[in-house]
Amino acid sequence: MSETALRPIRHGSNLGQPLTRRDGILKVTGAAPYAADRHPPGMLYAVMAVSRIARGRVTRLDVAAAQGHPGVVAVMTPQNKPALAQHPDEKHDGFTFRLDLLQDDRVRYANQPVAVVIAETLEAATEGAALLDPAYEVEAPAVGLDGAEPYTPEAIGVGDPADMATGDVAAGLAAAARTVAATYETPAQYHNAMEPHAVVATWDGDRLDLDMPSQGLAMAQARIAGLFGIPPANIHIRSPFLGGGFGSKGMIAGPQVLGIMAARLVGRPVKLVMSRPQMFGPVGHRAPTRQTLRLGAAEDGGLTALDHETLTATSTFDDFVEPSGGVSHTLYAAPALATRHRAVRLDTGTPLFMRAPGEASGSAALEAAIDEMAEACGMDPLDFRLRNYAETEPASGKPFSSKALRACYAQGAAAFGWSKRPLAPRQMRNADGLLVGWGVGTATFPALMFQAEAVAVVRATGAASVAIGAIDMGQGAWTALAQIAAEELGLPIDAIDFRIGSSDLPNGGIAGGSAHTATAGTAIKAAATDAIAQLTALATQDQRSPLYGAGNAGVIARDGRLVRRDDETRSESFADILTRAGKDAVEGKGAAGPDAAREHYAMHAHGAVFAEVTVDPDLGQIRATRLVGAFAAGRIINPRLVRSQYYGGMIWGVSFALHEQAVMDPRTGRPMNANFAEYHVPVNADVPSLEAILVEEEDPHVNPLGIKGVGEIGVTGSAGAIVNAIWHATGKRVRTLPVTLDKLL
Amino acid sequence: MIPFEYVRATDVAGAVAAGAAPGAAYLAAGTNLLDLMKGGVARPTRLVDITRLPGLAAVERRDDGGVRIGALARNSDLAHDPAFAEAYPAVAEALLSGASAQLRNAATAAGNVMQRTRCAYFTDPGSACNKRRPGSGCDAIGGETRLHAILGWSEACIATHPSDFCVPLVALDAGVEIAGPAGTRLVPLESFHRLPGTTPERETVLEPGELITALVLPPEAAAFAGHSRYLKVRDRTSYAFAVVSAAAALRLEGGRIAEARLALGGVALKPWRSRDAEGLLAGRAPDAAAFREAADAALAGARPSGDNAFKIELSRRLAVRALTAAAAGTPARLPALPGSVLAPAPEAAHV
Repeated sequence: MSETALRPIRHGSNLGQPLTRRDGILKVTGAAPYAADRHPPGMLYAVMAVSRIARGRVTRLDVAAAQGHPGVVAVMTPQNKPALAQHPDEKHDGFTFRLDLLQDDRVRYANQPVAVVIAETLEAATEGAALLDPAYEVEAPAVGLDGAEPYTPEAIGVGDPADMATGDVAAGLAAAARTVAATYETPAQYHNAMEPHAVVATWDGDRLDLDMPSQGLAMAQARIAGLFGIPPANIHIRSPFLGGGFGSKGMIAGPQVLGIMAARLVGRPVKLVMSRPQMFGPVGHRAPTRQTLRLGAAEDGGLTALDHETLTATSTFDDFVEPSGGVSHTLYAAPALATRHRAVRLDTGTPLFMRAPGEASGSAALEAAIDEMAEACGMDPLDFRLRNYAETEPASGKPFSSKALRACYAQGAAAFGWSKRPLAPRQMRNADGLLVGWGVGTATFPALMFQAEAVAVVRATGAASVAIGAIDMGQGAWTALAQIAAEELGLPIDAIDFRIGSSDLPNGGIAGGSAHTATAGTAIKAAATDAIAQLTALATQDQRSPLYGAGNAGVIARDGRLVRRDDETRSESFADILTRAGKDAVEGKGAAGPDAAREHYAMHAHGAVFAEVTVDPDLGQIRATRLVGAFAAGRIINPRLVRSQYYGGMIWGVSFALHEQAVMDPRTGRPMNANFAEYHVPVNADVPSLEAILVEEEDPHVNPLGIKGVGEIGVTGSAGAIVNAIWHATGKRVRTLPVTLDKLL
Repeated sequence: MIPFEYVRATDVAGAVAAGAAPGAAYLAAGTNLLDLMKGGVARPTRLVDITRLPGLAAVERRDDGGVRIGALARNSDLAHDPAFAEAYPAVAEALLSGASAQLRNAATAAGNVMQRTRCAYFTDPGSACNKRRPGSGCDAIGGETRLHAILGWSEACIATHPSDFCVPLVALDAGVEIAGPAGTRLVPLESFHRLPGTTPERETVLEPGELITALVLPPEAAAFAGHSRYLKVRDRTSYAFAVVSAAAALRLEGGRIAEARLALGGVALKPWRSRDAEGLLAGRAPDAAAFREAADAALAGARPSGDNAFKIELSRRLAVRALTAAAAGTPARLPALPGSVLAPAPEAAHV
């Protein structure tokens, strides 16, 4: 793909080097093609009409009015939609979510698609959708965590049990010198990547060509194949760049399937791009939570018990339960530990993975509760965390594969100046008389591994290519994964034809769970190792090679050559090895996946976030003025990109603590701030000073590259640190997020 | 396409003639109108583009000491006009506290005055709104009302006017110059926006075809230059509408307040000037007690229209803060974060 050709700009090349983003120039010049930039010949525009009610039935659509609008080609409704091979409500596994594909006239949440208008222009399709003017039979919706009866979910997250307990919590609380019980609430949040979900779909018989942002190409392919009854191999998805995903593009979304159905209906290519308000419904969100924590501590500040109960919400028709209690399984050494999850079924779209699902909301509550307990014990909150440092994972009893959290606390505290923090709240003011407070939160995120495959080819011409259906969603896969390929093949990074972002490449797995660099990188490493091993065999077994007899372990790949380890004067180029062997190329194949070490170790990245806030004592306005995060996440492939991930995560923490919330009308269940003017996320002025410290950590168990993942951990710890800093500034514990100024008056 | 007619006016008379047709709307920068059209909130049948009207972007100093701000003067151009900012610092600060740099570079002075409420029930065509569809009811009442009105609201409408710019303007006795079929008239800004009453769909005193050609600040307005502030409490540090805002301007003589001006934003469907508060301050020493009394007077008639009682006390405190800041003297340089309560010091260059 010539349009994704990357400019050869770099500073250094291989592992550990801070290369600038190789796709940076393409992006800042607008040359990077996103799905919605595509215009195949003959393409039509599709616009969804979405429900204005949260529960009920569509009783009428003015199809004639829409159809009669100039430029409108077709109106797709439950009556004339193309037949599907599978009902959209069929579930096959924990990663299949029910979709709204015009299967009937039911409305199960606000902004649910109820029809699609296809037209020659975007304007005609937009007006056509407005002219449909649906009429409804409205039923009273279930809104909010008190809006329905709680139930015990079969599973939370992607298959974890709802309840977990070790030790005797009641006894631990009874024996405690001090106890803290507090309830925290976090609101519904919607991912809202800059790039809304989009698709450009072209059918050719039973073959389907798609431009579509996706965090998981093979999974999207399989889902589409099932829905339309065609082989996965018939579907080609291009997804070279995502304008953010954050989990909402992990699975193909209903509106994207509707675009494909529209293309089938009209027999022409169709583009469907969601509008910003439509993003608040059918493409997932983080469910609201109400978390009650009960902590007991002995006289010396050692925890005796930790009980973490979560009430959250899912939709009326599908299950995704935010696993907020998970952080309590890992972080603090409580001898008695229990977590429970309950849920209510609300008339919303189904919640979904949203950046640090469970960890973000759970950490916000846990870190605040730990802070309250530190206060109750009269201890510095950092000392309290160190007093309760978990040497083994509390829930499982397993040793950690590595854990440099102590170094994170120490380095973060030193950079922040934590030692000057007064213990009591309301002690610090700035030159303008505004209250200043400091808070800390512990960050944690599991180090996961998924399945992936890669191919590495070295040719007799000296060229090399590495191919994997990996995804760059802004995190820097085009750069970091190519660094791994270059390292393992012993080639300059720009000498490799590096290909990702297309479903006709080997399955790169899902870009999620902060595991993509670890997973895809391991597959690339394995493929490159295989290719080098084949070259090594060709050279070391050939008497004509200067490497003859060196043995497989005796050579290394460097600068396009194999070099004898014990005698660097003896080397041979890849091209010469292949030419003499009469081969055009060697093709290395590699795979990655979780291995047996996961049985024996708890694997998590850790960090410590220190926050400073300024609060107006009379007016309540809050600003996070300084954030310092120190994170240990195994081997760092590209420190520049990793720092960006930490910054983004910490800013997300600011958003979680101070800004983000979907405001639902309690009577109608409709989001009333579905736009970027009123759904607040931080702007530049909200984030004056950020520092991310990369703490060294070597992990021999987590995967062959020693990578733990950095995409989500920055969110955890940060929200709690900010909320704790607000208490330190004001003396007020605000337990309902976001902390807005009215809560401080 | 949404069917509407596009008319490009070349002179004021032509614009007024074209704009008098039922369903017509004037288009300047369109930073608000086009969003409303895309959202199906506003559906004008004719757009009269006034951006090419000659001479309407000028900021003219008058011989009498007043200033005439052309209707098409850009928010950013006006705020960054050094002479204007020096004479009317609170107005410049209000302008720069609003929206984003990109929006300020486009939005016009008259467009700012004409912007519509941010009430979510107004901007959502699926909700009942007496302003959008007279007689349909007000879904905001009983809904999400955290940012709604605390002054001057009615059972028909509890929305607020979102402008920052209008708040110091109304405090400084600005006038609105209006061209219409019957000629030109000057209306005080204070009576330009209408309170909702039973007819919230009638937002201003403009009659069909009438066009704002300028905003006029009288000669006396510049006398407050040394003691003026605009402060704006908001839910994030920048790029947010006011939760509440306050413009305070004082004329001090011999250590006492000779004349005071106080207006609040984000509290009512119009920029809210409090003549009661101003009257209380006249002749008083500029101290905390006087400011608190003035604030109490300004909010005397306030009542919550929903879950927004906090805005009443917040408004009082902000009024006191703005008056205190004004008494301390206008900063020599505009603060790094204009209008912010968090970075009041002009030397705080880092925002």
